[in-house]
Amino acid sequence: MVNRILVGAHYGLKDWIIQRATAVVMALYTLLFLVVVGAVGPDSFEAWRAVFAHGFMKFATFLFLVSVFYHAWIGIRDIWMDYVKPDGLRLLLMIATATVLVGYAGWAFQILWRI
Amino acid sequence: MAEMAVKKRRPKNLDLPTIRLPLPGILSIIHRISGAALFLLLPFLLWLLQSSLASPESFAAARAVVAHPLAKIVLLGLIWFYMHHFCAGIRYLLLDLHKGVELEAARLSSKIVFAVSIALTLIIGAKVLW
Repeated sequence: MVNRILVGAHYGLKDWIIQRATAVVMALYTLLFLVVVGAVGPDSFEAWRAVFAHGFMKFATFLFLVSVFYHAWIGIRDIWMDYVKPDGLRLLLMIATATVLVGYAGWAFQILWRI
Repeated sequence: MAEMAVKKRRPKNLDLPTIRLPLPGILSIIHRISGAALFLLLPFLLWLLQSSLASPESFAAARAVVAHPLAKIVLLGLIWFYMHHFCAGIRYLLLDLHKGVELEAARLSSKIVFAVSIALTLIIGAKVLW
């Protein structure tokens, strides 16, 4: 029997970096969104739709939403790891979280590329 | 040696009423609560985006939902959660770069986060919701 002891560095380093990289993407998009919505505003359907019909905005919005979903995965998983102690329930909650987030990514793609 | 380190029992104090969080601690727990709330509201936000972009009819329907007083309160809370998560997140990124890690600077920056996020919430709420 191998007695492995989980101590050492680098556990979770990748997630730590992704959490910050996605945060930077979202922060930049937030500024872009505030400027664009500040200029256009959701007052008329045509103007609002034209904003997201633009290729760059469509791509940036999709990149933002994918960053949101990945960022949410790491954050929500951390919450389950901190507060939910029974292994089975924790696993179930993690699977449910990952499942809805993958679904949201598909939904987001559908919303944007139907325009 | 390593095994002992793993099994070492550490003292814990999770008696919530006796814990007095300093402002950076309050900022931190709101960062977590706001993140969880934004996650839970994702389907509503995606629905709102979808409706606003699909057709003139669904756009009008989304606007009618947003115009409801109850929805306005939820959205105002949502905007504050987003702005808090945004501002506190930028503070954490700066802390990661070892900017403002001293006690005084960390306390000051948490005050700035609360002030800026609340101000942005009021400005955006006033522009978008009312």
